[in-house]
Amino acid sequence: MLYTNLTHVESAAEHTKIIAENENVMLICGRMGPMCIPVYGIAEELEKEYGHVKFCDMEFDNPEAHVIRNLPEVRGFMGIPFTIYYKNGKVVKATSSIQNKNQITAILDKEFGVAVKA
Amino acid sequence: MNKHYDAIITGGGPAGLAAGIYLSRAKLRTLIINEGTVGGQMVLTHEVANYPGVESISGYQLSNVMKKQAEKFGCEIRSNVSISDLNLEGDIKSVTLDDGSLYTSNSMVLAPGGRSRTIGAAGEDLFKGRGISYCATCDGDFFTDKEIVVVGGGNSALEEAVSLTRYASKVTIVHQFDHFQAFSHAIEEATSHPKISLLMESVITAFYGADNLQSVDIKDLKTGRVRNFKTDGTFVFIGYVPNTEFLQGKVELNQRGEILTNADMATNVKGVFAAGDAVAKRFRQVTTAVADGTVAALAASAYINEIKSKQKQLITA
Repeated sequence: MLYTNLTHVESAAEHTKIIAENENVMLICGRMGPMCIPVYGIAEELEKEYGHVKFCDMEFDNPEAHVIRNLPEVRGFMGIPFTIYYKNGKVVKATSSIQNKNQITAILDKEFGVAVKA
Repeated sequence: MNKHYDAIITGGGPAGLAAGIYLSRAKLRTLIINEGTVGGQMVLTHEVANYPGVESISGYQLSNVMKKQAEKFGCEIRSNVSISDLNLEGDIKSVTLDDGSLYTSNSMVLAPGGRSRTIGAAGEDLFKGRGISYCATCDGDFFTDKEIVVVGGGNSALEEAVSLTRYASKVTIVHQFDHFQAFSHAIEEATSHPKISLLMESVITAFYGADNLQSVDIKDLKTGRVRNFKTDGTFVFIGYVPNTEFLQGKVELNQRGEILTNADMATNVKGVFAAGDAVAKRFRQVTTAVADGTVAALAASAYINEIKSKQKQLITA
């Protein structure tokens, strides 16, 4: 169970639906541990600024998370969370282990466009 | 944008949040500016079982409760921001963020906490998450049946080295000194473990690989000889450093970069207090951080009220 305020993806079917229905998706696949929690926290903050991006998470140990663990883009990853960025259902970027806010916003800005401040 | 507060707290770990709760409950206008995720290192603790009054709770949940308490009393919180400038001199203190926001205050509580120390060797950033890890419980299972290195000689390093033997086929501990700093029971368990071998008085000087980490350079500190050592992974547990780089030259620090305070958590700068893991002290726990934050907030409250009282006297005189 991930104790975050992000949208939880709990099955492969939900994963398929979310990346099909949203142009830009950031999905963090991890556990409630030291490397993952800061990334969830940053995503929760950025959710308010990046209205054109769907932010969600998925439990790494959920058997259904094979949809993330088996992606060719995560081959060689040896640190959670696996963070996947989708555009129009396709993986455009994937990162392994903890990332800071500057690293994450750089990816969001490059792949999905900069945040529009209210 | 320029906003004035009675007190600004830099840092949103248990020390900063406790200070925020006390200051805002005292009806003082308070802002917490936090460069990371609210909760600091507490948020990274899987289980907190020694916080009085709470039988067992995750660090994440305890952080959220403290944050809610602070906000309920009116404390404002800005997290995941970067401080570009800090002015502690004079009666009015100020903090500038890299987005240009400027905040001023009568008093400041410094609670920036600490972070895991990294090795600083070539290639370390490149292979983070691709063979280099700082968390055994997070990433241990990626190294099942693999040969790994654990760097460090304290309790964390030795305990995590033993826990990693559940996955790894071989664990080599690399430590810079000729002795360990850990408790004797941790030393005994690690050094007698059949899967663990030791490389004492040695340091890693470089990481190599392609997609993943494949080897490290290890320097023998006695001979100066460097040799390449094949490994599938490296776990780093070499302690913490205080997040006080931005305070250099602004407040008195000791040689380790820790903030020096008196019993009221006051620094050498008038109106500036400090709390938590970045303060020079012997013990660092959630409870000690909360205690520091409480003392700093009460001392800051007294300071602010004294200033306000003097200002009133000048106006009425």
